[in-house]
Amino acid sequence: MSDWTPSERELERRAVRRRQATRSTVVATGVTVLVFGLLALGVVSSPGWQRVHETFFDGFHARESFDAILDGFWINVKLFMICEPLILVLALAIALARNARAAWLTPVRLLAALYTDVIRGVPTILLIVLFAFGMPALQLEGVPNSALFWCGVALVVSYSAYVAEVFRAGIDSIHPSQVQSAIALGLSRPQALRHVVVPQAVRRVVPPLLNDFVSLQKDTALVSSAGIFDALFAARDYGNFNFNYTPLVVVAAFFVVMTVPLARFCDWLQRRWMERERAGAL
Amino acid sequence: MAVSGATSERTVGTSLVVLDGVNKWFGELHVLKDINLTVARGEVVVVIGPSGSGKSTLCRAINRLETVDQGTISLDGLPLPQEGKALANLRAEVGMVFQSFNLFAHKTILENVTLGPVKVRGVKPAEAEARARELLDRVGVGQQAGKYPAQLSGGQQQRVAIARALAMEPKVMLFDEPTSALDPEMIAEVLDVMVDLARRGMTMVVVTHEMGFARTAADRVLFMSDGAIVEENTPEEFFTNPRSERAKDFLGKILRH
Ligand SMILES: Nc1ncnc2c1ncn2[C@@H]1O[C@H](COP(=O)(O)OP(=O)(O)OP(=O)(O)O)[C@@H](O)[C@H]1O
Ligand SMILES: [Mg+2]
Repeated sequence: MSDWTPSERELERRAVRRRQATRSTVVATGVTVLVFGLLALGVVSSPGWQRVHETFFDGFHARESFDAILDGFWINVKLFMICEPLILVLALAIALARNARAAWLTPVRLLAALYTDVIRGVPTILLIVLFAFGMPALQLEGVPNSALFWCGVALVVSYSAYVAEVFRAGIDSIHPSQVQSAIALGLSRPQALRHVVVPQAVRRVVPPLLNDFVSLQKDTALVSSAGIFDALFAARDYGNFNFNYTPLVVVAAFFVVMTVPLARFCDWLQRRWMERERAGAL
Repeated sequence: MAVSGATSERTVGTSLVVLDGVNKWFGELHVLKDINLTVARGEVVVVIGPSGSGKSTLCRAINRLETVDQGTISLDGLPLPQEGKALANLRAEVGMVFQSFNLFAHKTILENVTLGPVKVRGVKPAEAEARARELLDRVGVGQQAGKYPAQLSGGQQQRVAIARALAMEPKVMLFDEPTSALDPEMIAEVLDVMVDLARRGMTMVVVTHEMGFARTAADRVLFMSDGAIVEENTPEEFFTNPRSERAKDFLGKILRH
């Protein structure tokens, strides 16, 4: 293998391929610069640009509001980081409950179905307001009474219903023969789920899961409507006092910066699984 | 598959699998009709018959992937348990190889083979791995241990499926048309592994239309039709001189192709 040297013709082929690759890179770059340049020119030369520029893209206000937004943004990040794993666990439990076979688990199955149906019917923002204002008023013993805590609970409750449906679709998509062969080996049904069905189902639903998580990252901003001083609240606060909307654009930029790496990571993970587990089967 | 005298190392002993008056219905359809069958320890039984005659159902009943409505099935003198841990243990004693290979797509070849021993039998991972490598070598896919099922050919996958079942050290192996999803050149490599298994004295129930295998390795051929065992004979007698009309008819069809 190691002492193989490419023939003249192979070298020629490679040179041609290289030239073609170079040419397409040049073309791609040129066209991209041209299109984006024209778009920018179109926007900047529009009659209202001057005013829009001042109210939404003002450098001074961006710098002035930055620290308050960053402080608020930590709340969004924390909410997301804490809620996300809880949602995954709860949603998986709900999905498994809906797939339970045993007759005596019928009430669990029905309860899980009811939960997903009802919760998905209620707007997330409504759940947040209800939980944040309603729950502390109950003055329950032994649980935190902060609005922030209950906002987190509301996000977990809301999103776990959606994510449970994603998991359920994934579980249903695994061919029954996989369970059959696990059972034939002597695994119990729960073991078959744990070692065979769920790992494959999770891999299959990574793209829709990612979609829900990008969505969750953004929906952490809904807590501002419950009076939590998050990034959006901070931006609105600044805007109201200074009659400038630049901070809103800054918040948008924060959220974009947070979601892009997550999307890239999931793509990478997905590709890796695809490569080894679906080789030849695609 | 130039193997002769497959019975050389084998002794056919006491009864291991016993089906007594087994009946099963799928709704209106009577899929197993009064099946009485005894498979002795070390015996290789080939089951043959037209599509829909109940061969798969028979196999699946033996490790209770299907329940039966009447009659009893026992393994090694004990009736099949109804459920729970005892049933799982029984299934571990009965190895099954399906038509479509059913390897676990997200696990490597090695992990496919060690999963059962580790999770069901409680074997230590290192020990299970050593044993798995031995079995993979034996079926000729030792080099592929680190790969994923999708990266193997159909024949290789089926041999892994056999190794996976063998890793549980089953008392009996059931094969349900193990080669019918394979390209012709891969059939031989799987049958070779099965013939080798038969020679080592494994008790086997094999649903297959491969006459070469039946002639080489089987002690007995059962012919099923419409849910009943219609004919039972040595391979030689069955293939050259079938007694029932239905068997003659069926052999006529498969031999013409
Ligand atoms: N789960 C089921 N529900 C209803 N009918 C079934 C079920 N499984 C099998 N059958 C029917 O039972 C009959 C026997 O099926 P079985 O799979 O045992 O046949 P087979 O001899 O293995 O056929 P083949 O050679 O096509 O694999 C068929 O008519 C089939 O349609
Ligand atoms: Mg069948």
